[in-house]
Amino acid sequence: MPLQSLDILRRSASPTASPQVRGPEEVAKLIDVTTCIGCKACQVACSEWNDLREEVGTNHGIYDNPIDLSAQAWTVMRFTEVEEHGKLEWLIRKDGCMHCSDPGCLKACPSPGAIIQYKNGIVDFHQENCIGCGYCISGCPFNIPRISTQDNKAYKCSLCSDRVGVGQEPACVKTCPTGAIQFGSKEAMKEYAAERIVDLKSRGFENAGLYDPEGVGGTHVMYVLHHADKPELYAKLPNNPAISVAVSLWKGILKPLAGIGMAAAVLAGFFHYVTVGPSRADDDDDHDDAPKKGRSARQEEAAK
Amino acid sequence: MQVSRRQFFKISAAGLSASSMAALGFSASPALAEVRQYKLLRAKETRNTCTYCSVGCGLLMYSLGDGAKNAKANIIHIEGDPDHPVSRGSLCPKGAGLLDFVHSESRLKYPEVREAGSKEWKRISWEEAITRVARHMKTDRDANVVAKNAQGVPVNRWLSTAMLTASASSNETGILSQKFIRSLGIVATDAQARVCHGPTVSALASTFGRGAMTNNWVDIKNADFILVMGGNPAEAHPVGFKWAIEAKKKGARLIVVDPRFNRTASVADDFLPIRAGSDIAFLGGIINWLISNGKIQWDYVKAYTNAAFIVSEGYSFDEGLFAGYDEAKGQYDRGSWSYELDEAGEAKVDPTLEHPRCVWNLLKQHYSRYTPEMVVTLTGSPKDGFLKVCEHLGATAVPDKVATILYALGWTQHTTGSQNIRTMAMIQLLLGNIGMPGGGVNALRGHSNIQGLSDLGLLSTSLPGYLTLPSESAHPTFADYIAKNTPKAQRPGQMNYWGNTPKFFVSLLKWFWGDKATRENDWGYDWLPKWDRMYDVLAIMDLMHRGKLNGFIVQGFNPLASLPDYNKNVAAYAKLKYLVIIDPIATETSTFWQNHGEFNDVDSASIQTEVFRLPCTCFAEEDGSIVNSARWLQWHWKGGEPPGEARSDQAVLGELFFALRKLYQEEGGTLPEPILNLSWPYANPREPTPEELAKEMNGRALTDVVDPKDPTKVLARKGEQLPGFALLRDDGSTLCAAWIFSGCWTQAGNQMGRRDNTDVGLGATPGWAWSWPANRRILYNRASCDPAGKPWDPNRKLIAWTGEKWAGGDIPDFQVDAGPQTGMNPFIMNPEGVGRLFSTDKLVDGPFPEHYEPMESPLGTNPLHPKVVSSPAVRIFAADKERLGTREKFPYVGTTYRLTEHFQFWTKSVRLSAIAQPQQFVEISEQLAAEKGIVNGEWVKVSSRRGFIKAKAMVTKRVKVLTVNNQTVHQIGIPLHWGWVGVAQKGHLANSLAPAVGDCNTQTPEYKAFLVNIEKA
Repeated sequence: MPLQSLDILRRSASPTASPQVRGPEEVAKLIDVTTCIGCKACQVACSEWNDLREEVGTNHGIYDNPIDLSAQAWTVMRFTEVEEHGKLEWLIRKDGCMHCSDPGCLKACPSPGAIIQYKNGIVDFHQENCIGCGYCISGCPFNIPRISTQDNKAYKCSLCSDRVGVGQEPACVKTCPTGAIQFGSKEAMKEYAAERIVDLKSRGFENAGLYDPEGVGGTHVMYVLHHADKPELYAKLPNNPAISVAVSLWKGILKPLAGIGMAAAVLAGFFHYVTVGPSRADDDDDHDDAPKKGRSARQEEAAK
Repeated sequence: MQVSRRQFFKISAAGLSASSMAALGFSASPALAEVRQYKLLRAKETRNTCTYCSVGCGLLMYSLGDGAKNAKANIIHIEGDPDHPVSRGSLCPKGAGLLDFVHSESRLKYPEVREAGSKEWKRISWEEAITRVARHMKTDRDANVVAKNAQGVPVNRWLSTAMLTASASSNETGILSQKFIRSLGIVATDAQARVCHGPTVSALASTFGRGAMTNNWVDIKNADFILVMGGNPAEAHPVGFKWAIEAKKKGARLIVVDPRFNRTASVADDFLPIRAGSDIAFLGGIINWLISNGKIQWDYVKAYTNAAFIVSEGYSFDEGLFAGYDEAKGQYDRGSWSYELDEAGEAKVDPTLEHPRCVWNLLKQHYSRYTPEMVVTLTGSPKDGFLKVCEHLGATAVPDKVATILYALGWTQHTTGSQNIRTMAMIQLLLGNIGMPGGGVNALRGHSNIQGLSDLGLLSTSLPGYLTLPSESAHPTFADYIAKNTPKAQRPGQMNYWGNTPKFFVSLLKWFWGDKATRENDWGYDWLPKWDRMYDVLAIMDLMHRGKLNGFIVQGFNPLASLPDYNKNVAAYAKLKYLVIIDPIATETSTFWQNHGEFNDVDSASIQTEVFRLPCTCFAEEDGSIVNSARWLQWHWKGGEPPGEARSDQAVLGELFFALRKLYQEEGGTLPEPILNLSWPYANPREPTPEELAKEMNGRALTDVVDPKDPTKVLARKGEQLPGFALLRDDGSTLCAAWIFSGCWTQAGNQMGRRDNTDVGLGATPGWAWSWPANRRILYNRASCDPAGKPWDPNRKLIAWTGEKWAGGDIPDFQVDAGPQTGMNPFIMNPEGVGRLFSTDKLVDGPFPEHYEPMESPLGTNPLHPKVVSSPAVRIFAADKERLGTREKFPYVGTTYRLTEHFQFWTKSVRLSAIAQPQQFVEISEQLAAEKGIVNGEWVKVSSRRGFIKAKAMVTKRVKVLTVNNQTVHQIGIPLHWGWVGVAQKGHLANSLAPAVGDCNTQTPEYKAFLVNIEKA
């Protein structure tokens, strides 16, 4: 029985295999920076749809506002003035979650089911399961997730998984006045990007190209850039983003080692329980009990 | 099976290990996941139209409940309507945040009064509010209404109370306001159109015959070249700008000419800086370049413009002055700005273009002074960039290439506003780009219904459908009015559509006065007020400043923030006896008496004005139609209940009129006839419905209307809605409140609510909503064909002559059966049938545009003619003239503008908009910042002769230093959205800085070029 409207590919800290039979198409959002007018409609539509309201800030001598991403601002426009080939350009980039194919946040997350990757490519945070440790932030090569000061949980763009789940496009995509944000299958987005790049090259942008970085296995939010050779021009978009060494180590080597330590801990815990009894027997948390029953650490390890 | 943790621990000790493992990152559970539930599944969906700008984007509004009677329809979400042919689901940042406008903390909920001298609002009942306001109005009117002027002409003029109307209100509110205002005798009335696109109407009407955007939003995609100048559509009309991007994706080139590199420039192929206030120099230079380089579409120019017309002998232009200048009056006698007529009274032409006084030769001569060097000297724009614009435009002087222009207030808000636009209109005629898909002069209008309020004549001297309000000197009698406003064709065979004026006007009078309008009393002509001079907003503020105004009724307008010279104005408001505000939200105007520190430093106790604040509904809570920039009348539907006791504008006007009429019936009073005789046939006289009013705008037959060629053939039965304005009659048998809207609500129903978005070619969707006139989507579309009736460009076919009639994807803007052999020309509203390169006497400041400096010039001279620096036809009141500054004290050019995140002064009350752009700032160049020691992000004070603002400094490469007439000119960009009301950071009213002087023709204020200074705050 599928509980979810989108099929799951991976879950943080949950080695249980996900159902494999259905194969929904990968989706992607393409942000064509070259037709973006920086109007912030996407920012506003995002906040409106997701019921978010950042504090009213102040002006900092730039158009950027809110000045950074936050638990209440899942996407922000970043404005940069550059002079390339003697010509002034105002580069405007919509910043937010890239929905990596190989998501550093998910890999780093220690809390089961707090980060979910759907088969269509969306990486979604489930705040119910978030423990507020902030590992997702260190795991993200794009510096996207933010911890809320209200509830100490991590938030970021969901690619409107609720809208995509019922067959709609994300709120930012729908609202974009100039069509600088497009949505569709990843394949269709790459094809559209290719057309845009031909047009840009005809206008003298020789290095126009697609930003779909391999270091994170490609992304489900891609950019068309006039200067694909210099992504750092666009408010420091990373040139070769990759998951940090610490996170790779955690997943690759340290976690199995930690598992051995855990086995000892489990054993100790078992004897402690048998001899002393539960320390917090009325620690009720009914809503997430059911799924937890009947699985031992060893089974978990075996399943891995 | 659900098992609680307690039970579970009791069952298995292993549970502990599981939970410990989970906490450490080794889940013992399958960690199921589910996306957030889709929140709109069964919410009620209502269609509406965005209330901000005139792109007119479609909205889907979702309200709580599924429509059940027991659920209060509260709007919970608003997003774009994907079916809408222009917006296609998009909304700009303001539209995307509409939910926070509907639920703004600044929404007014109850009628309130601020008593004389008080520091606070007091909640009152609707009954008390209406009773007190009606009493104020009657007392003032009885004392001050003028029945007859010195010559004994009935004038019915009440000047001591002024009323402003709202360009974001519906047509139905607008037309009811027109009836209300004129029946009382008010002529001191204006809408936002005055501070916005007034010059568009005068410039385009004087050139092409109608004062509206010629093409439409989607059509922009058909252009080969797009010039953006005097506008910033990516910021002010983001969703309409979609179609410029679509053109670009198909290969079109886009160039922006603007004082600063703005968000439109960020996606343009090229950007050219220009000195604010020098547009005519730039455009005049283009005319000269086109002529010098032979880039003229000759077949078009010869057939469809007045190039060959011979101008009167008395016409001249010398040292900056046209013939007929009266220095004492500061006005021109325009008698010689006319065609030479033959014996039959028709204009003489010379098709060879050899006559020295034919328009072509005068044009050539006039612009020969505008060399590329002169352009650079006056504008500060780079020469290579200027030539690039010329070449791109020149390339469209062929039948199969088309350029368009997108402009807005960057052109209108100058003393030369109308002439800025006219220069471009002339360029487009020379290139053969008018009437063509992808061409035209596209005025991107401001408020969502500013076009509608203009169409409905809610301006001091206007009536609906671009009819003029009678003037006491020109039209003392009905016969004079008809004679002066019914032109005769100036060339053989021309349609001369204004020849039908009597039909439009008599049908309008039948709407005003109903059965009381008879042939015997000239259809009640004498009950209409007559004007002695124009009472535009600047004139109204001058009256108020001089203590001549007792009452001021302000409907959906924030004039304290919108009008120039705040410091002078705020003192003037304190001289009013009563101020009535009808608005959905709190405004600076309604709180002018409150002290807000340096933002509004007034002494409340000394202000004796009684202020009434009446809460009204907003767009989301009403039915009605609004007209977008492309003349589309789009119907919208109510999606939720208003807050508190807020009522519709129609109810507020209905209650007020009902109370006033009752007072006149019971007590008598001065000149009661226009009020008592006004036709008010609404089922509930206290609240006329949008449907009733929309039907009146369309018009109906009062008796059977028959075919004049065959009286046995009945075209419309008594009581039926008319199919269009062709059936209007001047014998009292038809009623029509707005002749150009005739066809909007016919016997077939509400045409404005149509939703067929089928593209019939070139992006035209004639089945969507309804467009005036007669559902034509591109004006002057006859000019898209050559004189023989064949499209100039087979790939841009709109209509063509079939041999029997004109037909195609668009409704012909032409007599449908007038074939090429008739010689009828495409500009059917002009008596000469052609477009005007020479505008004859239609504008007050010259038949050809000429560069004049802004009233506050950074040069102090005019290199073209040093003796005539600024426009000689400027009207400026004495008090305002004293408040002009000099370049010695105020060395920098200030220019004000909007930002995409905000709409005028409303959205600072909208949380989502305030978050996106929270605080007042000004933009300056890196060089000026260095000179003044100003650091990015710190506070600066910008001052003019009239006041100051404090704002954050934005130091940017996007503002360039210019060299103009061998001197350095710095420009300071001043976004205008702040004030003391709302949820954004408090700020100063930017109009503290601007001077109270307007466009010579329309008095639209000069917000775009004035002198300021800047210092660290």
